Amino acid sequence: MTARRVSVRTRGLSLRVDLRVLAVLGILGALTLVALTLNVGRGEFSIAPADVLAALVGGGDETTRFVVLDLRLPRALTAILVGIALGMSGAIFQDLARNGLVSPDVIGISWGASLAAISVIVFGEATGALTVPLAALGGALAAGVLLYVLAWRGGVHGYRLVLVGIGLTTVFSAGVSYVLTQAMFFELQRAYVWLVGSLNDAGWEQVWPLSATLAVLLPLALVLGRQLEALQLGDDLARALGVGVERARLALIAIAIVLTGVAVSAAGPIAFVAFFAPHIARRVCQTVSPSGVLPAAAATGAFIVLGSDLAGRLLFGATQLPVGIITSIIAAPYFLYLLQRANRVGATG
Amino acid sequence: MAPPPTRAAGEGSGARLDPRPDAPAGAPRRPQPALLASKRRRTAGLVVALALLLACVMASLALGALDIAPADVIAAFTAFDDSRQHVIVTELRLPRTLVGLLVGAALGASGALLQGLTRNPLADPGILGINAGAAFAVVVAIYLLGVSSVFAYAWFALAGAAATGVLVYALGASGRDGATPIKLALAGVVLGALLTSLTSALLVFDTKTLDTFRFWIVGSIAGRDLGVAGAVAPFIGVGLAVALVCGRWLNALALGEDVARSLGQRVGLVRLLCGAAVVLLAGGGVAAAGPIFFVGLTVPHVARGLVGNDYRWIVPYSVVLGAILLIASDVLGRLIARPSELQVGVVAAALGAPFFIALVRRRRLAEL
Repeated sequence: MTARRVSVRTRGLSLRVDLRVLAVLGILGALTLVALTLNVGRGEFSIAPADVLAALVGGGDETTRFVVLDLRLPRALTAILVGIALGMSGAIFQDLARNGLVSPDVIGISWGASLAAISVIVFGEATGALTVPLAALGGALAAGVLLYVLAWRGGVHGYRLVLVGIGLTTVFSAGVSYVLTQAMFFELQRAYVWLVGSLNDAGWEQVWPLSATLAVLLPLALVLGRQLEALQLGDDLARALGVGVERARLALIAIAIVLTGVAVSAAGPIAFVAFFAPHIARRVCQTVSPSGVLPAAAATGAFIVLGSDLAGRLLFGATQLPVGIITSIIAAPYFLYLLQRANRVGATG
Repeated sequence: MAPPPTRAAGEGSGARLDPRPDAPAGAPRRPQPALLASKRRRTAGLVVALALLLACVMASLALGALDIAPADVIAAFTAFDDSRQHVIVTELRLPRTLVGLLVGAALGASGALLQGLTRNPLADPGILGINAGAAFAVVVAIYLLGVSSVFAYAWFALAGAAATGVLVYALGASGRDGATPIKLALAGVVLGALLTSLTSALLVFDTKTLDTFRFWIVGSIAGRDLGVAGAVAPFIGVGLAVALVCGRWLNALALGEDVARSLGQRVGLVRLLCGAAVVLLAGGGVAAAGPIFFVGLTVPHVARGLVGNDYRWIVPYSVVLGAILLIASDVLGRLIARPSELQVGVVAAALGAPFFIALVRRRRLAEL
């Protein structure tokens, strides 16, 4: 089935837009907005939508303003930004490796971040508010560089990237297991909650670096999406189309690694969002073209993380479940669906 | 899959990665004549390996936070007095070594079987998610059903291993090009990740279970008593017996399913038997020691480097080499971090990962 597209041409600029992707983006945007309002309004201390709006523009009483502006809004915004980053990086990795099972969780990036962050939590002495996030970011970047260097052999091929990544995942997760055995009892729970992925610590100090990074990287990723499209045809064909294959791949991998790094550093390795957001995006948009999938996956990721955080906060009464638990629980049936569908159609998602 | 890049361009960067020092250089290289070609040499090699294993067992009994002289170790069995040394040897180190022996043999054999069965050089009960499945089942047993005996763990571990194995294969074999090495590996890792995160979801609020769980999930044979060895020995024993018989059939299967069938082999039955043996071995190993990665991956490659592509020899070599690697890693872990220790799972991962990555880099991953 061919997607319906319109072309916009002005002098020197030509843009082809997939109408279906646009519609999906619009709907997801609206849904996310609804979830955002609910997220800010609901909780142990419920606030009517009108009061939320009033607080946002600076009115309302002191308590409402505090709850809305200092507690819930930054948390909800962090959820959205983390979701965007994870969805986008998952889509880039899946398209680069031409395999729908790839995500930063399984190629070692998230585990590198985890190992660094957990080590700081368990062995670290002075823990300022930013120590753990910075360690996680550093760990993700270091894992990314290691991955690229080890997978490089006259070029980085999708399959080698994935397999080297699997090797790294195994080592890092063994490292995490070891560090956990060294933890004192009270550090253990903190480390574990971090490992599961949670937005409990999210505040404005997470929102600003995240939005700055995304403001730079999202446009870049979308522009490079065109080259990703060519890369999907195979290296030789892409080269023939005039794409600098290795340079484009390096740029895309670097963007995806940094996106994962900032997301994990803000909220921990929230499981599987990067894995299934692109799947849902492809299905809903009925396209596999990266220039459509990348923005749609980002929007899907935002909605999933925000919605999961909402569900984790509200659905289970007094216990608030970390967002990572909810996404894992969503991922399980999705997996079975993927399996069942693969068996029926005879093709991988 | 894209064609491999030109060899000449990549050769220079290969030097960056040292293969594991104790692995024979170039073991996994494809067109390589086996080191031990004749039957007599292979038998002799196996005897040497067994002697090496005996030395490792001796080291495992003697070395640790408190070093004990070999003479004292022997005396602990022949002329036991109640001295501290003798108690350490018989009460602590002997059970631990026996568990290591069983688990190492089980992992080595299950890796060899899996690699032959899936014709996949990256097959390993860890990579394929089978360990994670067994671990998840054990956590469910501990947490939801309150199970606490190792013997009962083993049954759950078997069920988890079997279910995950089937799921991973179904997921990895779907699609047009069938079960390629990369698809199987990915299916295993992703399913393993899913099970791990579900395990986390079960444990995150239960710090008490988590506190015991963390010492198990890291993969360790410390503190195991003879009961543990006794509980998993039947499973692993049956698994090993089947594995040793399976070698002949795997040789035929290695030629491809159609050829094997035309040679008069009942392919379905062979798969079922080998699969059952893998489940017994991996499940038993996980129940005793927790999930340990890479032993099952590296050992069959070393065995293949020694004896060539004959599974009648690869399997027994993998059994012995697996036990050697596991016990040696355990001893190494005790020596590195004295007086504390590094768990065998961590040491095995640290030793095995460079091997795995070198393997992935070395050549295009053709089917075995």
